[in-house]
Amino acid sequence: MDSREDDGGEPLSRMAEWRDVTPLPQDDGPNPVVPIAYKEEFRETMDYFRAIYKADERSPRALRLTRRAIHLNPGNYTVWHFRRLVLEALNADLDEELDFLQRIANSNSKNYQLWHHRRWVVERLGANARAKELNLIKKILSIDAKNYHAWSHRQWVLQALGGWEDELDYCQQLLEEDIFNNSAWNQRYFVVTRSPYLGGLKAMRASEVRYTVEAILANPNNECPWRYLQGLYKDDIKALVNDPEISSVCLKVINTKNNYVFALKMLLDLLCHGFQPCHEFRDSVVALRTSDTDPLGPDLSMAICDILEHVDSLRASYWIWRKNKLSVAAV
Amino acid sequence: MESFRSLTVTQRDQILVEQQVFDIFKTFYNLPPSSQSFMLELQRENHVEYLTKGLTGLSPSFCVLDANRPWICYWILHSIALLDEFVDPELENNTIDFLSRCQGPNGGYAGGPGQMPHLATTYAAVNSLVTLGGDKALSSINREKLYMFLRQMKDASGGFRMHDGGEIDVRACYTAISVASLLNILDDELVQNVGNYILSCQTYEGGISGEPGSEAHGGYTFCGLATMILINEVDRLDLSSLTDWVVFRQGVEGGFQGRTNKLVDGCYSFWQGGIFALLKRLNSTKEVKPIPLGDGEGSGEESPQTTTSSDAAGEEGLNGDLSLGGSHSEIGDQHNTSSQDNVIDIDHNHSKGHANVEPLFNSLALQQYILLCSQELNGGLRDKPGKSRDHYHTCYCLSGLSVCQRSWLEDEDSPPLPRAVLAGLWASEICGFRMYDRS
Repeated sequence: MDSREDDGGEPLSRMAEWRDVTPLPQDDGPNPVVPIAYKEEFRETMDYFRAIYKADERSPRALRLTRRAIHLNPGNYTVWHFRRLVLEALNADLDEELDFLQRIANSNSKNYQLWHHRRWVVERLGANARAKELNLIKKILSIDAKNYHAWSHRQWVLQALGGWEDELDYCQQLLEEDIFNNSAWNQRYFVVTRSPYLGGLKAMRASEVRYTVEAILANPNNECPWRYLQGLYKDDIKALVNDPEISSVCLKVINTKNNYVFALKMLLDLLCHGFQPCHEFRDSVVALRTSDTDPLGPDLSMAICDILEHVDSLRASYWIWRKNKLSVAAV
Repeated sequence: MESFRSLTVTQRDQILVEQQVFDIFKTFYNLPPSSQSFMLELQRENHVEYLTKGLTGLSPSFCVLDANRPWICYWILHSIALLDEFVDPELENNTIDFLSRCQGPNGGYAGGPGQMPHLATTYAAVNSLVTLGGDKALSSINREKLYMFLRQMKDASGGFRMHDGGEIDVRACYTAISVASLLNILDDELVQNVGNYILSCQTYEGGISGEPGSEAHGGYTFCGLATMILINEVDRLDLSSLTDWVVFRQGVEGGFQGRTNKLVDGCYSFWQGGIFALLKRLNSTKEVKPIPLGDGEGSGEESPQTTTSSDAAGEEGLNGDLSLGGSHSEIGDQHNTSSQDNVIDIDHNHSKGHANVEPLFNSLALQQYILLCSQELNGGLRDKPGKSRDHYHTCYCLSGLSVCQRSWLEDEDSPPLPRAVLAGLWASEICGFRMYDRS
């Protein structure tokens, strides 16, 4: 089987095994553009690959050749595709294939083809591969906790093969390590909404709101929990507006007079959706005013837009646009 | 302020980048005005030289892009077009010939001669040929076979596979639909269920992910939004939450990040910045009043990243395969980023008879990031300070710059307004936004 890590880079033309094959050069034409100055090993490997690919030879040596080509250019999707055809034809040991992928995973953790190939292999191995897979992904995420491919793959594994039981804990752990990790928040949402063990979003809402509010109070300038909070009330705006915990956390943060952009923004969104504030809210917003801002008008939403235009001045044109939308809506 | 050690990885990484960027800005502010003007200039000649060189020869380290050569063509040709330059006729012919060799016998374009056709490289090849324009380039595209290829890539879920047996995601939808639209081969068979698939990819954050459930991401958001517009189903998206998400992707550095709490990257100047161009078109056809400017004329109305092969293959894959050009009304046109020559003072009352609409993002801050942090004076543009230049980032930083400079216009084919072009503004006008406290 395809066990050797590499064949030492020995020229294929000198190997007895390949004597019967005529390498097929690339049809670049007489004056190619973006021509790459291939090193000899690369050129030769790809010439032999082209020959085998054209002949559609699905043999053990073809398998070894694809490995060699992958090492030289892991982005060659044609080689990966052909490798899959060969693995199938040879009825190859896919656990060994996983081991091969594992060995090259670290240096190719952002390579589409590798992750797609992993998916293909794991799909064929089924539930038995699940634990190993979730473990490998954990390892990759421990190096880069935001690797997009790793997270997508993890979600695919959970949906195809299960393993949901420990996932919320895993999210919790990652968030304890880095509360600013948006990928972990996104995964949390994924688990809370889709895990067959948790009862769905509505059932989880109260406990999730508590968790999220805590995260907000610890770092009010962290965008993640604010968006997550809104996500917990997706398609249920009325409940968002009516949940006293939501408006309360906005008020708390605004009263600290520090890191309050997201709190003000959330309050604005609540008002736009019909929230009826008590006078405390208006008092807190008024207290934010500094001497260089104009006196606040009677409309709280407009006042908030005015403040945000100044304190979040990078987004001044957005806040002006939001304010204009308010006056259009009011008409 | 917490001690450095108690910061999370996200906080630490962000602070390191901010320090680098603010050092650059501080240095800039302390320069004499003549040096400042120079620093804000687009180094056109050097960029063109860097780009053209890439067309004619690439070093061995590019073997990790051996399955992406139409992409390299596109990044280079589109950049040259943005700079209002041309490729000499011989190179043009060679490009057409080369891309023909990448075209598969059964339709679509591969990453190189003899490889399998792939949607992303098809996108890149078609747009390269359209950018070159002219009969020879356009007639080299086998539209009938390409349609067959697209039909083959269509999946029951409504999405598309990138290649035979390949991955399905929002990129694949975009590359397929945009090419079909451009070549006028878009039909109900191709369109059906695409909207449902993309809709399922809009996340709770408001942005769009690559696959259902994944994280909202600038590249996929551009692709998803653009696709929905092309198939005329954009109103099915929650546009206000999408807008709200993308507006917050612009950071204190002036540039855009791809995802919440990630680092700024020059390529998102286009993927995220371009979203605003799309939204502006949509808003101008609706009731929402744009922000009228001082003259009272308001009217209704989107690499290899490093030199290591793994990153090159990977990051380029995530970002590079998302490549796309400007709006599709630009077929064959050359588009220029405004030259330094005629911009000296801000003219707030300038109107040129066109309606003026302020963009929803901070166009000046983005230009400042691109010119001061992404631009390499010797030619080429990059992700961020400390990274190397590459053709991918050159393409998308320049595309982002173009979006910025045209962002105040109602009519995209007009030249940019002076106030929209950063060069020539007083230093104090730049970065009016305040830095925000971090705990």
